[in-house]
Amino acid sequence: MSSSDEGRELLEKEAEKKPDGQNESGVSRRSFLKGTSVALTIPLVVSGEKYVKAAGTEVKIFGPDKVNLTLNINGVAKTASVETRVTLLDTLRNELDITGAKRVCDRGTCGACTVMMDGKPVYSCSVLAIEAQGHKIETVESLAEGDKLHPVQQAFWDNDAQQCGFCTPGFVMATKAMLDKHPSPTPEQVKQNLGGNYCRCGTYHGIKAAVVQASAAYVKEGKGGKRNG
Amino acid sequence: MAEYKWPEEGKRTHIGKRISRIDGPDKVRGKAKYTYDLNRPGMLFGKVLRSPYAHAKIVSIDLSAAEKMPGVKAVKIIQEPGAEIQWAGDEIAVVAAETEGQAEDAMRAIKVQYEKLPHFVNEQNFETIPEANRRKPSEAVNGDPVKAFAESDVVIEGNYGNEIITHCCLETHGLIAEWEDDKNLLVHQSTQSVSANGPQFAQALGMPAGNVRLKMEHLGGGFGSKFPVDRWGIEAAKLSKLAGGKPIKLMLERNSELMVAGSRPSVFAHVKVGAKKDGTITAWESNAWGSGGVGNFNFVGQMPYVIKPADRKEAFTVIGTNTGPQRAWRAPNHPQACLITMAAFEDLAAELKMDPLEFFLKNLSLTGTRANVYRDELMKAAEMIDWKKMWRPRGEGAPGSTKIVKRGLGLSLHTWGGSGHASDCDLTIHPDGSVELKMGTQDLGVGTRTVLNIVAADTLGLPLNMIKVHIGDNRFPVSGGSGGSTTVGGISASTRRAAVDALNIMFEKLAPAMNTTPEKLEAVGQKVQEIGNPSNSMTWQQACAKLGTQPLTTRGKNPGKETLTTGGVGGVQMADVSVDMETGIVKMNNFVAVQDCGLIIDMKTCESQVFGAMIFGVTYSLFEERVMDSQTGKMLNPNMEFYKLAGLSDIGNFKVHMMTGKGYDERGVIGVGEPPTVSPGAAISNAVANAIGVRVPNLPMTPDRVLNALATKGEKKGGKS
Repeated sequence: MSSSDEGRELLEKEAEKKPDGQNESGVSRRSFLKGTSVALTIPLVVSGEKYVKAAGTEVKIFGPDKVNLTLNINGVAKTASVETRVTLLDTLRNELDITGAKRVCDRGTCGACTVMMDGKPVYSCSVLAIEAQGHKIETVESLAEGDKLHPVQQAFWDNDAQQCGFCTPGFVMATKAMLDKHPSPTPEQVKQNLGGNYCRCGTYHGIKAAVVQASAAYVKEGKGGKRNG
Repeated sequence: MAEYKWPEEGKRTHIGKRISRIDGPDKVRGKAKYTYDLNRPGMLFGKVLRSPYAHAKIVSIDLSAAEKMPGVKAVKIIQEPGAEIQWAGDEIAVVAAETEGQAEDAMRAIKVQYEKLPHFVNEQNFETIPEANRRKPSEAVNGDPVKAFAESDVVIEGNYGNEIITHCCLETHGLIAEWEDDKNLLVHQSTQSVSANGPQFAQALGMPAGNVRLKMEHLGGGFGSKFPVDRWGIEAAKLSKLAGGKPIKLMLERNSELMVAGSRPSVFAHVKVGAKKDGTITAWESNAWGSGGVGNFNFVGQMPYVIKPADRKEAFTVIGTNTGPQRAWRAPNHPQACLITMAAFEDLAAELKMDPLEFFLKNLSLTGTRANVYRDELMKAAEMIDWKKMWRPRGEGAPGSTKIVKRGLGLSLHTWGGSGHASDCDLTIHPDGSVELKMGTQDLGVGTRTVLNIVAADTLGLPLNMIKVHIGDNRFPVSGGSGGSTTVGGISASTRRAAVDALNIMFEKLAPAMNTTPEKLEAVGQKVQEIGNPSNSMTWQQACAKLGTQPLTTRGKNPGKETLTTGGVGGVQMADVSVDMETGIVKMNNFVAVQDCGLIIDMKTCESQVFGAMIFGVTYSLFEERVMDSQTGKMLNPNMEFYKLAGLSDIGNFKVHMMTGKGYDERGVIGVGEPPTVSPGAAISNAVANAIGVRVPNLPMTPDRVLNALATKGEKKGGKS
């Protein structure tokens, strides 16, 4: 058991014992855990404050009710009111109508929900919205400038590295993240950096060609080579 | 005068070229809106409670707690107490709430009592299948197989099979249903069947077909599984009514998608094949069984696949199991039949110590009318994979083999129909010269919009960007569902006819002003001009302005005058693999496909279909299978961690060659989505057998199956995994 798991267990026990019944009804194990785990790490301003005792100290918990939060999405401050258990992905899609990132496996396997958080690719289905506060979130919608596609997007289009296109935004983001760091990736780096994304239609042949083209564009434009953010 | 028939090679401006899909920029930017992406005003979220048991009777359902949950707007029973549930994941009740989380909470608060009943979910071993689950066997006999086997010089027997796999669409099945008023339903559905599903909703809901509007801009995969309106679709519409008509978004969860939204039947077979010493195939007998879950399917008539000796017998028993029903899966029945047939024939070639390339070439007369196509394709594929240099007899290991890693080559051939479905197309030329095209079709990712754009632009002599394509709405002219590779043939033909009719109406109007007759006019390079006298011309804009103030709309149909689409294709694939004899891991080195599909509209997206089908094939050959737990009757891998898809680094080097030009183009447009999906299992299985010296009987060839096969090496051939 990791230390954070121990912490959760402790918190859960404390919550059950709490005499004032703050967590009596409507708190499922899942929402409780998600709320408390975040409370340990991120200070937030929320309405309806609740406290539990953990490791001898009073700890404020959030949720399960909705909390107001502000997210930095593509350079714009966006506000939303979501339950603490809601993921960054679902907040983007359901609250902010930013739907480029797709929900496919919803458990950190397929990469269709990939966005950048402080310049690093993350599975947005596995990041809670409240955890994403204070971080710079970039989605696929931010890459193109007007009608001019980002070199990665252009390469995906030119090489038909898409069919149904449902995995495409995730692949585009993962490819961009890779090239930002490795403008001329080795086959091993491609395998490692794009191995966390799945396509069902079978566009990998095109994606390989797209990586080659986009890499050439990066090198030509002197892009990448160091991690953003 | 414009003609319906397709233009000759030299006169094609867009057709057959490599054109990037027109909706590509929207897809790479995340702008393309799929059903899953739509947020309708006041939208609620729907969640379905599903049976945890594979076979059970519903004793009672209590909705009262769920109804009181926060945010809940409607709760509804789908199957009443007393109903018998036949598979885990079947729909019990449905709930709508303001947020997705609230809907999930309420779904969990529904109390259901079940009376568990005995279930059966694993059909791989025929001996263990209860009598009650074996449906009536069917068989077909041609010629006199008993006599033919008696007269054969060599007879081999073997077991071969394919596990059940699922469609695993990345955009799960689902819809948003809303009532615009008491009488009119608006549905946004993720479907392969835009034109047909409105009437299906109407029928199920007891309302006039014209009162259902169905729309879909983009579709995140279907592969044959997204034709029906589905029970959850109907229930979402009913639930929306209960919730005052508010939009209800009901997209399946990933686990439901894999459990209930479609699977490809398994087929397992014991096969006997006879031949003469020189390799001529003389007789076939197969005793097969397979399951489509609770669903039925017919497999008789499939085997042997493509290569059919005159004397043959096939028998097949459908096995009913307590698992979700099968659905059409890219080239229904063909991949299973192809694997069993081509693997048995390759085993026969190995027994005769023949090179399979020579063996298949020798027996091509048994393929019927396409023998010459297959011959050309076999030779081309052999050249692409360097077969002559690389192939070695079974178990010897192709060049590059080591003591531990063995390399091998395998091949397979396949066929499919693919002639165009019925399709109506409305083409409108506006007086300002812009052109619109409307059709109630859909794009599964094959490039439907791009194909429509290309055909219209080529016919009218215009650049691609002067045509606006509208699809994905059942208010547009009716076009068939996208299945069986019928789309591209149907939509190309109706669009061609609509565009030709429009031109001829224009030519009638313009001829007097141009001092000529309509039959002497043509539309090329954004001009209308006299054939052979291009100085007598008018720009497209000038010509359209002469139409007057009213736009000109024509409706093209398929079928119609002139044959613009036909069916019947052949394809050959060859695989080159390496197998680690210690770990059982199979790795793709090279994989080549040679395919014909008549006249190709867009070479780029056409090739993508073939590449995609090959990758599909690598996936079902090496990784994916539905795993059912006999004890609980549940699917053990309804997710994407353990339901394995191939990844970017699993595919090896691929090459595709499309057969085009004389002998192919004049057959008109033929679909290509299905055929290249058929051969990979057989080609890769044959390559593995060639590498390791023994047949891995069943797909997928996971390490455990490969090691099991190696363990039987030296025992009776064709052992079971």
